[in-house]
Amino acid sequence: MLIEISLGMRKIKFYEAINEAFVTAMQIDQNVICFGLGVDDPKGVFGTTLGLKEKFGGDRVFDIPASENAMTGIAIGASLNGIRPVMTHQRLDFSLLSLDQIINNAAKFYFMFGGQHRVPVTIRLITGRGWGQGPTHSQNLQALFAHIPGLKVVMPTTASDAKGLLLSSIFDDNPVIFIEHRWLHNLEGDVPEGDYRIKIGKARKISDGSDLTIVSMSYMTIEAIHALEILNKFGITCDLIDLRSIKPMDWDAIYQSVEKTGRILALDTGVQNGSVSSEIIAEVCQHRWSVLKSKPERLGLPDIPTPTSPSLTKHFYKRSEDIINVVSKMMGKKLDGYALIDRKNVPHDVPGDWFKGPF
Amino acid sequence: MDNTLKIELFKKLLKIRIIEETIAKKYTDWEMRCPTHLSTGQEGVAAGVCQALEIQDFVFSSHRSHAHYIAKGGDLNGMISEIFGKSTGCSMGRGGSMHLIDKRVGFLGSTSIVGGTIPLAAGVALSVKLNKTHQVTCAFFGDAAIEEGVAYETINVAVTKNLPVLFICENNLYSVYSPLSVRQPVGRKIYKMVQGIGITVDHGNGNDPWEVFEKSRRAVRSIRETQHPRFLEFSTYRWREHCGPFFDNDLGYRSESEFLEWKKKDPVQYFEKHLIDQNIAIPSEINGIKYQITNEVTRAFAFAHGSDFPEFKSIHNSVYADRNKPGYEKN
Repeated sequence: MLIEISLGMRKIKFYEAINEAFVTAMQIDQNVICFGLGVDDPKGVFGTTLGLKEKFGGDRVFDIPASENAMTGIAIGASLNGIRPVMTHQRLDFSLLSLDQIINNAAKFYFMFGGQHRVPVTIRLITGRGWGQGPTHSQNLQALFAHIPGLKVVMPTTASDAKGLLLSSIFDDNPVIFIEHRWLHNLEGDVPEGDYRIKIGKARKISDGSDLTIVSMSYMTIEAIHALEILNKFGITCDLIDLRSIKPMDWDAIYQSVEKTGRILALDTGVQNGSVSSEIIAEVCQHRWSVLKSKPERLGLPDIPTPTSPSLTKHFYKRSEDIINVVSKMMGKKLDGYALIDRKNVPHDVPGDWFKGPF
Repeated sequence: MDNTLKIELFKKLLKIRIIEETIAKKYTDWEMRCPTHLSTGQEGVAAGVCQALEIQDFVFSSHRSHAHYIAKGGDLNGMISEIFGKSTGCSMGRGGSMHLIDKRVGFLGSTSIVGGTIPLAAGVALSVKLNKTHQVTCAFFGDAAIEEGVAYETINVAVTKNLPVLFICENNLYSVYSPLSVRQPVGRKIYKMVQGIGITVDHGNGNDPWEVFEKSRRAVRSIRETQHPRFLEFSTYRWREHCGPFFDNDLGYRSESEFLEWKKKDPVQYFEKHLIDQNIAIPSEINGIKYQITNEVTRAFAFAHGSDFPEFKSIHNSVYADRNKPGYEKN
């Protein structure tokens, strides 16, 4: 397991890293503005936007009417004239009201007008799972956005990637869909101070192994890390690739790993059908078919809206246990993930003790 | 003073008319291979509003965008070439008739989704306010756009946040073939409904270009002084079919007699007559203007004809802005 520790870093939480990226960006460039429902309320979107209005004033940090489509268009319009807006949705699901502006305008303007307009808009979407979020409060629709030419889609997992990728997104000259998983907000990690950026389009290799390649994104990477701890004990080692960027995709990193291991499992936080994991498997089959030693696998959610009751979600979400079972099967072994992992009585629908809802 | 403005206004009107009718005439050569929504009959609104704007002010438009582009001073070669799909087109052949742009004159773009550019105008107005550059941003849209949620949302935001934006609703009574009566309650006045959101509104005869100009000038001055948005509704009528070069009164969704009534209120002819009746211009001057515009239009078509089509490879690497790529600074 590779753990990055270097000087000049301190441990902060994912949500604090987001906040720090905002502060850094807004200090560097006065054209950066931040708006969205509740960005200046007492909760500050899970702490991510706390204090910004006090630091940068109400012209640059402001609450909005519940008009997702118009406000997205307003972000786009402002960006055409030099502003770098960051729009925040407390739930990805709310952004669906603005798909017209995202798909028909933001994604098209650079191409459609022959390169004469740039659209440097960042749209923060928060996804999740558990705590009865249900059908319309936790959808992981990264595949939907990744399907659109002209958009970039990023999904950080670690606190340092959250900061580095948000800064890169804000200063990117294209519309970036920035997806945060609610279960990552309290994850702590080493985060560099200052203007720290991570290139969009580069995956991060979390661990090195020889048996199998696991490609993952966002919260599923955490489940994969737990699975690998168990698998290592049974002599199975894996490359774990955390995508970080869904579009553009770091195909080189995936192909290089698959050439080494000959096996691939693609994890997804969203519905498996038509998913990012599906695209990864398809591309690997088309371009690295000859190196594959076993049939590739995907692990995502069933093709069913997310239910609410804890009894219905218990076997709905995919966890480390499921990852162990799939990997074990691909390696011709018989491990039972559910018998091997001790959840220490933490219920399945929360990421840990710190999380008590209500959302 | 007014006389000079009136001649300028007439030139805008006539230019739109001659361009649109030339496109209609040549469309059946089938060289203009994209959906084309002509503005013939609606020239008064575009010309009158844009006459009230400065070159540094901004304009957005919709699918029926030619008149607004021309009235704002958009480059004619770029527009005709774009409709022909040529590399010299204002959008390099990627947008066609519905996606025109000329940033040099503040025409920031037209798009094909009804209501789609309304929030963009408010967004540019927000940037103007943040940058303190004092331009007015104008959104042109039709009577159907007001049925889109985004129109209401945007006007609400513009009022709440005091954005310097001018909303222009061109009410031509039809959305494709659907009359207002199936889309909005009978007797509704759009401007009155919009007034309920809290914006200052006015309305007028879109086929009287001077009335349009004066009402727009008043609105633009007020926006500059107060930074508050304004909404204007102008009644007008499209002569030709929704999309394409023909007349379509035979389809039965509207009557020939209704069309003829509106044709009598031709904004171009009306204003030409006004100039002559008021001794602002004599017929030979009018003919001189016609001759000049006709030549310009002929040259633009020749330019478009003579231009090359873009190469297929030109669309690769053109989806994302990249500051490390050549051509980045041009925009």
